[in-house]
Amino acid sequence: MELTDIIKEENLVLKKSGLLTDNVMHYCPGCTHGVVHKLIAEVIEELGIQDQTIGVSPVGCSVFAYNYIDIDWAEAAHGRAPAVATAINRLHPEKYVFTYQGDGDLASIGCAEIMHACNRGENIVVIFINNAIYGMTGGQMAPTTLLGQVTATTPYGRDAKLNGFPMKITELLAQLDGTCYVTRQSADTPAAVRKTKNAIKKAFQNTRLQKGVSFVEVVGTCNSGWKMTPVDANKWMRDNMFAKYPLGDMKDI
Amino acid sequence: MAEVKLMKGNEVIAETAIRCGCDGYFGYPITPQSEVMETLMLRKPWEETGMVVLQAESEVAAINMVYGGASCGKKVMTSSSSPGISLKQEGITYIAGSELPCLVVDVMRGGPGLGTIQPSQSDYFQATKGGGHGDYHLIVLAPASVQEMSDFVVLGFDLAFKYRNPAMVLADGVIGQMMEKVVLPDYTPRRTEEEIEKQCGDWALTGKKNRNRHVITSLELEAPRQEVFNEKLQRKYREIEANEVRYEMINCEDAEYIFVAYGSTARICQKSIQLAREAGIKVGLLRPITLYPFPMKPISDLCGRVKGFLSVEMSAGQMVEDVRLAVEGRVKVEHYGRMGGVVPTPEEIVVALREKFSI
Amino acid sequence: MTEEIIIAGFGGQGVLSMGKILAYSGIMQDQEVSWMPSYGPEMRGGTANVTVIISDDRISSPVLNAFDTAIVLNQQSMDKFESLVKPGGTLVYDPNGITHHPTRKDINIYQIEGARLASEGGNPKIFNMIILGAFLKVKPIINLENLEKGLQKSLPARHHKLIPMNIEAVQTGMNNLVTINQI
Repeated sequence: MELTDIIKEENLVLKKSGLLTDNVMHYCPGCTHGVVHKLIAEVIEELGIQDQTIGVSPVGCSVFAYNYIDIDWAEAAHGRAPAVATAINRLHPEKYVFTYQGDGDLASIGCAEIMHACNRGENIVVIFINNAIYGMTGGQMAPTTLLGQVTATTPYGRDAKLNGFPMKITELLAQLDGTCYVTRQSADTPAAVRKTKNAIKKAFQNTRLQKGVSFVEVVGTCNSGWKMTPVDANKWMRDNMFAKYPLGDMKDI
Repeated sequence: MAEVKLMKGNEVIAETAIRCGCDGYFGYPITPQSEVMETLMLRKPWEETGMVVLQAESEVAAINMVYGGASCGKKVMTSSSSPGISLKQEGITYIAGSELPCLVVDVMRGGPGLGTIQPSQSDYFQATKGGGHGDYHLIVLAPASVQEMSDFVVLGFDLAFKYRNPAMVLADGVIGQMMEKVVLPDYTPRRTEEEIEKQCGDWALTGKKNRNRHVITSLELEAPRQEVFNEKLQRKYREIEANEVRYEMINCEDAEYIFVAYGSTARICQKSIQLAREAGIKVGLLRPITLYPFPMKPISDLCGRVKGFLSVEMSAGQMVEDVRLAVEGRVKVEHYGRMGGVVPTPEEIVVALREKFSI
Repeated sequence: MTEEIIIAGFGGQGVLSMGKILAYSGIMQDQEVSWMPSYGPEMRGGTANVTVIISDDRISSPVLNAFDTAIVLNQQSMDKFESLVKPGGTLVYDPNGITHHPTRKDINIYQIEGARLASEGGNPKIFNMIILGAFLKVKPIINLENLEKGLQKSLPARHHKLIPMNIEAVQTGMNNLVTINQI
């Protein structure tokens, strides 16, 4: 059998989304960001809204999200993506506006901005990647770091007396009347990836319905920061993260 | 002829914003400029022109909303007073670093810290030398009347879009709170999406369609490429310095001494000129209208025929440093200022002139 | 003509609105005007004052340290502003609540019992217009016709029915001025 016998339309089992650029991703092997980027690109492509979507990227590992998904982007200051998205949404109510934020960006320095964007019920989508650590700056404690978890700034493990408790920001945001859809997903198995994609799609569809903030948390791994192999990181996540951050919908109005 | 109204400086900022086709205002209350957002909320421009008005959760959020709106090529603004402007510095440097147009109004009060709510001019350095981190400048306009509060909203937006650079109206509590006669501009409709596309189509976030994607960012990790960008910014500032200096000269023709003062202090100095001339002292006023770019050459040109300059500011002496840079040691330059929200009287300025120049 | 006026009293006495009506009336006769209030905590019941300048020429400083006329409506303001009236200038005050009456001999001093007259008239809200009337009797820089136009401009339309009552109060003030010291 020749190669050309194999490369045929009917044999196609996986195709890269046309919205993913050819730039080589800077993410570490095993990182969750790449998977979620792919899902967002697929959803935007499937909904046919490339020309109507504006993304807001954060400060953190995903600061360069704009290099990978072929839509218009604004790169926000640390934690301020929901404020940036608020104005874009208010000035372009017909567009699809989303922020893509990590746990340090959203749950620490940007706590006020995400709270108030959610409380105002801005018609936006928020994709929140929770890997319980600051990846870009080299593995420091995040608000979502688990008790006992070792990071560069909790070298003896997170101690509640010294560092406070892991923050369940998504549960807090679900309490706010401006959120319409709040869910927590993961991307560690093919089934979980499918569920996450459905959640992201639903979030973007909610924008069309003008229902308020749709908030999708994805519990992810940072094997570099956690200092584990990708396989071990996924296991550690399932064994430890899911207990504190249980998966599933918290709100769906 | 347009109607003459009696309005507060702060109210005029709001009214002019509506009339000049502003797309969005994002603010947070702080004395002495809260009337700006109050006036906008009362006027409900979203029903009239479609302008968005939003009370943000903080100054930090407000300026980042401005960043978002400006990213779309929209005509957006915020206003605040000194402590709030300090909080906005992060967003302002991102806006400068992303080359976005916007208008920031600062109605200064005394500092440092929470300071006082009374008028001050102690944020001259912050406004004219950058304010946040990185090599950048705002275009800074200093109104000295309620009429100029109106005029400079229009001019500030024009310059901001001309140079893709944030512009600031630097007022103080006196100009913000006082009422004077004002003639407001006629209504200019907000730009249509097509007009925005025409004006900002090569960079604004309008949705990627039949073109490369647009990215608004101030991030560049490669040092040589960042330097190329810095050099581009500096070329822009040189162009602004060459083309946009604005100032006013009053009674300078025969003057032996020159007050240099801006904003409300320039008004007070005009009274001081009357008093001084009644006493036989020939004094004039050079009023910088643009604080950045600063009127270096007009001050330099006066050096040949005057005995000295007195920089009068409600600060410990900030603008006086720029006056000295312009004078380059050729004649005597002195500073007189009041701080902490105390407004100098016309009489004490004349006393200061006499003392400092032994007249 | 340039008239530099300070109006000072308690917050709630209508100090700022009196100044605004005066300034608007000045505009009605094509003059230059400025209105500069003290601002801040005064709004909440402390002392309030406003500097109003009406002039045929461009106004220089809106903030002053010497005044042609001081209109004084409480003791704190008397303590602060009596000394800031220019020699030969004018002081108009309401004796209500004044324990230390003005003593200067180089200025014209007038009393107007605005608080008493307003309460006798059954409407404390016209207090400031009685005071304004007394001032205009001493310094007729605004005529009644322009004052009425100024009221129309500075009051919201829903209050325009009250303008005749306000004009009446101005006349009450004009008719009840008492001269204390004339130089």
